[in-house]
Amino acid sequence: MSAPTNEPVGCAMSAPTNEPAGRALSDHHAQRGFLRTWIITVDHKVIGIQYLVASSAMLLFGGLLAMAIRWQLAWPWTEMPIVGQLVFGESGRVISPAAYTALFTMHGTAMVFFAILPLLTGAFGNYLVPLLVGAPDMAFPRLNSASFWIFLAAMGLFLAGFFVEGGAADSGWTAYPPLATLPSAAPGSGAGQTLWLLAIVVLGVSSVLNSLNAVVTVVKMRAPGMTWMRLPLTVWGLLVASALQLAALPVLTAGGVLQLSDRIVGTAFYTPAGLLVNSVAPEVAGAGGSPLLWQHLFWFYSHPAVYVMVLPAMGFVSDILSVNARKPVFGYKPMVWAIGSIAGLGLIVWGHHMFTSGLGFEMGRAFMLSTMLIALPSAVKTFNWIATIWGGRIRLTAAMCFALGFVALFVIGGLSGLWLAATPVDVYLHDTYLVVAHFHYIVFGGTVLAVFAALHHWLPKMTGRALNETLGRWHFLGTFVALNCVFLPMHQLGIAGMIRRTADPSVYRLYEHLAPLNRFVTWSAFVLAAWQLLFVVNVLWSLRSGTRVGRNPWEATTLEWDAPSPPGHGNFDRDLVVDCGPYEYGDAAGARDFRPQARART
Amino acid sequence: MRHLAGLLVLALLAAVVAWFALSPQLGWWLPAPASTIAHPIDALFDGITVVIAIGFALVMMLLAWAVWRGARVQSGRARTSHGHLGLELLWSGAIGAVLVGIAYAQLPTWAALRDPNAMPKDGTTANVIAHQWAWRFEHPGADGQLGTVDDVETASELVVPAGEPVLLTLRSRDVIHSFFVPEMRIKQDVVPGRATPLWFTIERPGTYEVVCAELCGFGHYAMAGRVRALARPEYDAWVAETARARNTSGAEDAR
Repeated sequence: MSAPTNEPVGCAMSAPTNEPAGRALSDHHAQRGFLRTWIITVDHKVIGIQYLVASSAMLLFGGLLAMAIRWQLAWPWTEMPIVGQLVFGESGRVISPAAYTALFTMHGTAMVFFAILPLLTGAFGNYLVPLLVGAPDMAFPRLNSASFWIFLAAMGLFLAGFFVEGGAADSGWTAYPPLATLPSAAPGSGAGQTLWLLAIVVLGVSSVLNSLNAVVTVVKMRAPGMTWMRLPLTVWGLLVASALQLAALPVLTAGGVLQLSDRIVGTAFYTPAGLLVNSVAPEVAGAGGSPLLWQHLFWFYSHPAVYVMVLPAMGFVSDILSVNARKPVFGYKPMVWAIGSIAGLGLIVWGHHMFTSGLGFEMGRAFMLSTMLIALPSAVKTFNWIATIWGGRIRLTAAMCFALGFVALFVIGGLSGLWLAATPVDVYLHDTYLVVAHFHYIVFGGTVLAVFAALHHWLPKMTGRALNETLGRWHFLGTFVALNCVFLPMHQLGIAGMIRRTADPSVYRLYEHLAPLNRFVTWSAFVLAAWQLLFVVNVLWSLRSGTRVGRNPWEATTLEWDAPSPPGHGNFDRDLVVDCGPYEYGDAAGARDFRPQARART
Repeated sequence: MRHLAGLLVLALLAAVVAWFALSPQLGWWLPAPASTIAHPIDALFDGITVVIAIGFALVMMLLAWAVWRGARVQSGRARTSHGHLGLELLWSGAIGAVLVGIAYAQLPTWAALRDPNAMPKDGTTANVIAHQWAWRFEHPGADGQLGTVDDVETASELVVPAGEPVLLTLRSRDVIHSFFVPEMRIKQDVVPGRATPLWFTIERPGTYEVVCAELCGFGHYAMAGRVRALARPEYDAWVAETARARNTSGAEDAR
């Protein structure tokens, strides 16, 4: 294929039709049976939903781990009621220090690698990219299916860690050697860590395949007339995030292979000479490696991963704000440039995770400067979002509430980054709860709220049924309030000097007066977790008896709203030509207050 | 709901401002500074806090106003506007200027903390040895030199003179640890395989907690230590006393 085209790849496209929504091939699904429809499939939409189900399960799992962490921090070494017997029965219903380190290690890993990243690039990336660019499927449907099953294998390896001797990996989601590489240094650094590394390496393969697919689909399969500058920002966010994964993820995968080699073969890429762990010299060949090498390789990907976790979210929010404010996105091109420059700069700021590692004076200064630079495009995007809704006719749908919530909380997460970007201040705040507050405002306050916004916005497209808007707004309100009660006080904990990854702050006299704050955070976290039931109820109710929606319930412009809800195999039931940008809303849009991007090809 | 949305943003603004304003009164804020470097670091922190507060208030008020008005006005259509280059340049420039300002303001403090040229030429030295899960300290003893027979080794407690530069060399025997003294605003990872320098001047005599800040295994949370800073005369007396104790115990051993 030399030019962008939406010619179907390996499947026939339905003829143009004027029949009501839902005709196309959704009936076809019923004829294929459950297995062929939902399990053995190469349809990008079903693969997207597979990712959505799997990563939502991991989000729930990671959330439950967080509850156990909060229990320990509020009431250290006390018996856990109800679930304590089941989960921590062996240690007398009390979380042991070793179990605690495994808890936060697996919480971080589950959330970053198995919940948030696959929710964005896996679930929404697969579901939305072909629909939004006007393609019948991803460029490589079989590869796409393979990437999901490889993801599931990685998930299995990750979860298997809980059932091996020594327990799950417990050297933090950052897995710094030598703690992670020497089995004598920690119980989880035995089989648990090997499984953890295998999971990360296998996941790396899956994510690269998935990213490659998304990039090729956007480059090669756009509908006629869908020029680069007519792509919705959701596509830009997903495209650039995928490209960023392609550029940086192989580095982590390679680093993971080296760490596996250190553990299995006995090499010493990360192990320096002369160690004495538990009074015994570890058995490694030719020790002379550097623990800092891992930190560079790890953060070379895992910092950009933060942007992979937020760029698509920024895209969703831009689209949802525009649709619900009935106004075009303000400054489309600056927004695209901001996404691009965040990704570009995102590749050269990893060192700011290492300001206290012994990085050296000049290196610290250089990474401080690049970190300050990357704040600029993020801040510019915030002003563009406000300008987008400025003077709009705002429809406060549940999706819109979550999108506005994203903007408010992303601002908090961004601003607290200023403290951390200033090297001397970071020396104090590094590895304290301020860092925990900072990245949870970005990942939870930001990305998770954007995912909720996107679900409220696009689930009707996926299922053909509406969610309950009132219930959705109540879910937003409670989540928004509880979330701030959980993460706002963490700033104070950090500023007061409380370190993260501590199992018991009461060890230090300095932290004694923080105990009430820790208990408040824990109670709020329980409320936050329980409140999510509203969303589960809403989705289940909607699947069973939600009102059926037409093609375009939000009166939106982008291509997916031209397809039936849910779209059948092949997505569109007519040939489309794109003849305008994605955000034609307002008084200049024509007869109605919006002008769809596509018209039928004649 | 329409009125509530704008109010919710304002409520967030009010809650955050009140919360941060109250925190220092409640003691949930920076602990009292104990080293000379703590003052420029705190000043930098305070300055950035002001920038954050202004930026946050500004953005939240704009957001609240846009939501409140946009949700209220439902008649007619929004004016189609695809952007405004002047506005983009204006806010990019303003934000850029603030960022450059912050970057520039921190340079001298970073140099004082980490520039090898800023390392004190003479000062009291000591070795710090970290291992799972305790701190060990080697003091130079009466001759002021490390690595000699009169070195004084202590567990958990580092004893140094107040009011003068102290120069530490940090080593780890096993995994990565981090030497963090919150009241002194210093933190330095202790990476095995290297000797990492760290320097500071403690202002007043007192005892300050040492916290391990880098995950080092399941005993990480309990890897506590202390820095005891003594006025010069007391420090000299301490050195003399440890030397005497050593001589006595040495004599007993020889017998």
